[in-house]
Amino acid sequence: MKVTKSQGLLTAGATLALATLTLTGCAAGDASGGTEESASTSTLTVWVDSERVDALEGAAASYEEKTGVDVKLVGKDVSTIKDDFIQQAPTGKGPDVVMGAHDWLGELSTNGVVAPLELGDTAGDYLDVAINAATYDGTVYMLPYAVENIAVIRNTALVPEAATSFDDMIAKGTAAGLEQPFVVEQGAEGNPYHLYPFQTAFGAPVFGSDENGYNADDLQIGNAGGEAFATWLGTQGKNGTGAFNTDIDGDIAKDSFLTGKSAFWLTGPWNVGAAVDAGLDIAIDPVPSPTGEVASPFAGVKGFFVSAESENKVAANDFLVNYLGTEDVQLALFEAGNILPALSAAAETASSDPIIAGFATVGADAVPMPAIPAMGAVWQYWGIAEAEIINGADPVATWQKLTSDVAAAIAG
Amino acid sequence: MSIQTDEPVRLAGEPAPPPPTPKQRRAARIADEASGGLLAVVLKLVLLGVVDAIAVYGVLVLATHEQWLVTGVVVAVTALVNWIYFSRKRLPAKYLTPGVIFLVVFQVFVLVYTFYIGLTNYGTGHNGSKEQAVSSLMASSLERVEDSPTYPVTVVDRAGELGLLVTNPETGDAYVGTSEQPLEQVDADFDGDRAVAVEGWTSLQFADVLNRTEEITALAVPYSENPNDGAIQTPDGQSGYRYVSTLEYDEAAGTMTDTSTGVVYSDTGVGAFTAEDGSQLLPGWQIVVGFDNFVRAVTDERLAGPLVYVTLWTFAFAILSVATTFFLGLFLAIVFNDLRMRGRKIYRVLMILPYAIPSFLSALVWAGMFNRSFGFFNQVLFGGAEIPWLTDPVLAKVAILIVNLWLGFPYMFLVCTGALQSIPDELQEAARVDGARPWAIFRHIKLPLLLVSVAPLLISSFAFNFNNFNIIYMLTNGGPRDSDAPIPVGHTDILISMVYKVAFTGQTRDYGLASAYSIIIFVVVAIIAILAFRRTKSLEELN
Repeated sequence: MKVTKSQGLLTAGATLALATLTLTGCAAGDASGGTEESASTSTLTVWVDSERVDALEGAAASYEEKTGVDVKLVGKDVSTIKDDFIQQAPTGKGPDVVMGAHDWLGELSTNGVVAPLELGDTAGDYLDVAINAATYDGTVYMLPYAVENIAVIRNTALVPEAATSFDDMIAKGTAAGLEQPFVVEQGAEGNPYHLYPFQTAFGAPVFGSDENGYNADDLQIGNAGGEAFATWLGTQGKNGTGAFNTDIDGDIAKDSFLTGKSAFWLTGPWNVGAAVDAGLDIAIDPVPSPTGEVASPFAGVKGFFVSAESENKVAANDFLVNYLGTEDVQLALFEAGNILPALSAAAETASSDPIIAGFATVGADAVPMPAIPAMGAVWQYWGIAEAEIINGADPVATWQKLTSDVAAAIAG
Repeated sequence: MSIQTDEPVRLAGEPAPPPPTPKQRRAARIADEASGGLLAVVLKLVLLGVVDAIAVYGVLVLATHEQWLVTGVVVAVTALVNWIYFSRKRLPAKYLTPGVIFLVVFQVFVLVYTFYIGLTNYGTGHNGSKEQAVSSLMASSLERVEDSPTYPVTVVDRAGELGLLVTNPETGDAYVGTSEQPLEQVDADFDGDRAVAVEGWTSLQFADVLNRTEEITALAVPYSENPNDGAIQTPDGQSGYRYVSTLEYDEAAGTMTDTSTGVVYSDTGVGAFTAEDGSQLLPGWQIVVGFDNFVRAVTDERLAGPLVYVTLWTFAFAILSVATTFFLGLFLAIVFNDLRMRGRKIYRVLMILPYAIPSFLSALVWAGMFNRSFGFFNQVLFGGAEIPWLTDPVLAKVAILIVNLWLGFPYMFLVCTGALQSIPDELQEAARVDGARPWAIFRHIKLPLLLVSVAPLLISSFAFNFNNFNIIYMLTNGGPRDSDAPIPVGHTDILISMVYKVAFTGQTRDYGLASAYSIIIFVVVAIIAILAFRRTKSLEELN
């Protein structure tokens, strides 16, 4: 391009003007940033499941008023919050407090990104299952706020009475004229989380436990009870009664219950809303046991962790233990998510709702989902083995292979 | 097709227009400068101004975070860009610069960084620095002394040294101590059951406590002269608890000692404190491990069996995907290019639809339609037959190819339509005049000319499908599982999805290993692409 003299001058002038503009703009922005920082003493950054930001806003505002600590709530996508936290905590750019689930603890603690949390005398105020879940390797790391477990949702219009056992459930549903009286979500790779209550009814937990929690060296899944469970599962699968079907995934199970093709649905509180919205009359029953022993589902406990790299640990501890651990805040969180609060007093208040009370009754028998890293090895093989048994593979041989695969994977 | 130019058509014999007068010439020059010239200069200045403004902002942000290396790079690149575009020469550089910058940022940097991660042990348990690992280990090794009460505490200060004013809830006595000085009984002022002030010390208000969080978190006041009695620490500045530590860190020797078992863990250069029997204390820290990950990637015994058939299927999947989509796209392009076809525009729009739907969504919808008991195919098309579309090793592969065909043909259709339209009709006519049949015209004239422009796209399509993680993950997640394999690999897993399963199992994230695999796969794809591009060069000689 040809540039004349006048254009050269113009260029220089325009450049100068632009440069001045940009520089002043930046300088102004910088100055305002600086003053902001010195004004407030400390800021707690809290990463929260984006659906629960509103529920915490009241608590954050009143904590701010009381102590002068600015609580900044950052809504995050549940599916990425854990990996983001693990990656960002070591850089010092992560949050002070993060909301999460207890089964993250193994990973968080192995990566050294969570700080121990001292609940002190308040530990006794929480449900036992919540405190057990918040403890990893003998140390408490999490302030629990909610306990979640699955139970059987029953369509009371189809079957008015609760089932007393698994066979009774199928019989009652069949008597009501249903082809598939009971649904539970499975899928091509199985879903051991939803089958676990039946497994425990046969006396086969995944791991044995001691005073420090689950013990990875004590693999219980392959005991005699486990094989009995596998045999029973085989009789309820494709070549048996068909109660379990790996073609039924979450959406198909939901559809089957909502359209009245099934009267019993083994699922969690997250699906209650859909059933109520569909105008169904529902009741929450314990999981009907196939053996007469109690069928204990896994409990998932949600809570808050303090980052090991937080520079505001004192405020973070104070905010969690002395503030989020109060009944008012726990009830506010309960209203946002409709799952049982972890604080006993709040749980009692919330249980005035029969649906919550139903899940709470089942939850009393629930066991925390193991958070130890060895559990990862179990998940890898567990569902596939169960799916194979449901689809007609030799139950005992498949179960034995599962046990040996898991043991080998844990040994590394 | 007619050729249009701005030149008015002039018949032969018509006189040429008179040459422009000087006045007219001057006017033309002014108009020229006012429109094209000046506008271009202003536009250039505005664009460069925007670039510089962003760069200045970036430098300021980076400088506040003390990222000096990156700051230097940004300054250098900005200076280079300004120099290139303000200079009157450097015409080639003006064209190349933006592309090169984007290439470096989005390709070269990513590749180099992935390679670097591949050289480290970054992953679960090796997440941060050694200091962070030490402080985290020390923090989690604290055990509360059994049956010890909660002590009400007040943080106090004497000449900059922090101490704790502790009330024993059982006796009501007050004690004060620092990290050096064990607790000593003192006379203190009480507020209820809590000692709040003591002579010689200043009590800290909550705001002061927050400002000195770091010191207070590190403050551990020995309970007595006997170290086995533990020390009082306060996590929230109000309540104190008595802890004993089960780990002892010897900074000089760089070792951790388990005080209950006496086992010594030392830094043996593997990125974690390791005992003599090989057991490790986690968290460890991130170190550079050289080519360990690459060696592990190719010598892992668990992979030996699956690797063969996964690699074969990956090649089959990529090649078949490209071939099927290309031929269907080409067929449709030829059909809809025929002038005798009615409603071509509507059909063409419809053809593009699969391309417009996000592939995640399509894959999930297809997975639902392939469901054995409830899916559309078995229920509607096959009258309730229980065909295991996604759970049979062979059918699952077919299903994946069908879905990928559906997802991929619109792209090939678009590309081929464009390429076909650019082939001059004269060639076709000439061939017809010479007596060639339609198939021969297609085979010997259209296809070779088409391939000149389409072949590079086929190669990039192959590279894309070679790493087409989304469709595998969404449709079958690699299933059906090969239950004989020692790793959770399935019959439809391609290399990249197998790598994902190997490096990210359960709660273990092995970013180092995953990066090493990514680099290996990149090298494989790059070699194939280079060889293929060499071959297509021969096609260019057709023109």
